[in-house]
Amino acid sequence: MSHPIRFTALALAMALVAGCASKAPKELPPEPGPAVSTTTPQPTLQGPVPGSQADFQATMMGKDTIYFDTDKYNIDEADAAALRTQAGWLARYPAKRATVEGHADERGTRDYNLALGQRRANAAKDYLVSLGIDAARLSTISYGKERPVALGSNEEAWAKNRRAVTVTID
Amino acid sequence: MNLRLIALMLTAALPAPLAAQQITPAPLAPQAATSPPDEGLTGSVSDDSAWRDLGIDIPAFATEQDKPTPASAGGTAALGNAIAEVITADLRNNGLFKPVGPSALPPVAYPQVPAPDFPAWAGRGAEMLVHGSVNADAAGQLAVDCRLYDVALKQQLVAAQWSFAPADWRRAAHKCADKIYARLSGESPFFDSRIAYIAETGPKDHRMKRLAIMDSDGANHRFITTGQAMALTPRYSPDYKSIVYLSYLNGYPRIFVYDTVRNSQRLVTESRNPTFAPRWSPDGKWILYSMAVGGNTNIYRVSAAGGEPQQLTQTPGINVGGSYSPDGTKIVFESDRSGSQQVYVMNADGSGQRRISFFGGRAATPEWSPRGDLIAFTHIAGDLRIAVMSPEGGGLRYLTNSWQDEAPTWAPNGRIVQFFRTEANSGKTSLWQVDLTGRNERRLPTPVDGSDPAWGPVLP
Repeated sequence: MSHPIRFTALALAMALVAGCASKAPKELPPEPGPAVSTTTPQPTLQGPVPGSQADFQATMMGKDTIYFDTDKYNIDEADAAALRTQAGWLARYPAKRATVEGHADERGTRDYNLALGQRRANAAKDYLVSLGIDAARLSTISYGKERPVALGSNEEAWAKNRRAVTVTID
Repeated sequence: MNLRLIALMLTAALPAPLAAQQITPAPLAPQAATSPPDEGLTGSVSDDSAWRDLGIDIPAFATEQDKPTPASAGGTAALGNAIAEVITADLRNNGLFKPVGPSALPPVAYPQVPAPDFPAWAGRGAEMLVHGSVNADAAGQLAVDCRLYDVALKQQLVAAQWSFAPADWRRAAHKCADKIYARLSGESPFFDSRIAYIAETGPKDHRMKRLAIMDSDGANHRFITTGQAMALTPRYSPDYKSIVYLSYLNGYPRIFVYDTVRNSQRLVTESRNPTFAPRWSPDGKWILYSMAVGGNTNIYRVSAAGGEPQQLTQTPGINVGGSYSPDGTKIVFESDRSGSQQVYVMNADGSGQRRISFFGGRAATPEWSPRGDLIAFTHIAGDLRIAVMSPEGGGLRYLTNSWQDEAPTWAPNGRIVQFFRTEANSGKTSLWQVDLTGRNERRLPTPVDGSDPAWGPVLP
């Protein structure tokens, strides 16, 4: 009797999850068009498909992203914890490949920030490899300062933008 | 969220109509330049304050017989007026002169072009006087005559003639402005040149970045790429036949050489590693680029004709960018091998690397002046500012004082530096020019936001 209501509530929750997911900038494909595919598959009633990017994101609860200090690329304790969580998921789904996207804040020059984003993505990748993830499963890409998630021009926004985001490939 | 999406779509739809209006942009009125305080002149700055008050009258160019021309809906008479307007805008916008354009001046009779009515012009208070003519021959080709007179001396200072296809009529005006500028300032010309840059549209977190080109005054604007793949950091080849730039085509950052004649493009080098920050050698024979391998970035050079790349830097860390000295023997570049971004110089084969910037803050994006006497760069100490220094690293001097100015590029005569400015919070970008005194700063008109300007040489 209460099934229809439960069903509606669940569907709503799913729609909300999907909605929120597509709102997060890191979920956007790098470019419109035939770029890297990071699209989210349709969630089913059971929740995200196990082993999908949606599942990865839901499991990580924010730990798909690590943050860096200004002009730095070292992996601190919080980063290491997040990367261990990522590695755990990747170990569970050994067929899955992932891209680590490196980013910089806006307060630097364009060319250097491309190199800095690459360095950060690489640092995250190296750490995942040190945890036993096959390097062949991991690629890196830098967007420099071109893809901010926090839009303000202040320390708080810059701290959110100095990041490396792991995106699994469906 | 739906509203945001609609706003996004609206913004994305904007560039097309704007672009359509950009066929002949009106020259911008001189900007109220909020110049930084004068940081003192050096020997290389040729701006004499005396020149700043030099009045130049530029009446409409005369025509022997008003004929239809594809260059103007109003025929050669209207075209003569348009040419004088372009010259006026060129000379006004560099801060050296006080030109008066055709709208405020009486017309010139065709026979007076080689023989001005000096007393009448002296009576108007003119010091310098430009006369010229434009005529269309039977084949439609435009013949343009350009003369500069010193009114007090009743003397002709410049007399030059060119022949241009109607579509290139603005080049005739730029050539005339170049002659006048060179004769009066003693500097090399630069108006008849072009600029490649990145046209930006859309919100800060989803900005569309397209390769675009235009004349030095913003006219003849054209988008080269569609915006499907993010484009960054273009550089015109010295012969204008190619543009090197960074594209995220197929999702990964790599350098392409775009052929402006065939409208096709190729990769600079086949590599699975990201390549970026491309630059030409002054003779167009080499392309410098930076490549990240693992976390380290180093500078390479490859023949523009293709072939095996040669690695020029080999240090851990980030070595990036690069700009050749005008004689092609040296390269100035940036490296953080000392712990932060600083400027270094090396020989063109990579030997003899040494740091030259030793002031506070970080120093980035060095660009060697085409005259060889200065290096323009971005100085980062909180804010990002455009500055110049000597090739030995001395004489640091700021040209701008804003929240974020970066990526200087030189005018072909090494007298004006172009750069881009980013607004805090909105992330909106715009192209700016500043002269070497830092006093004359102006915004370049672009149909949409602009970044990463790259100035090509004077056209032959």
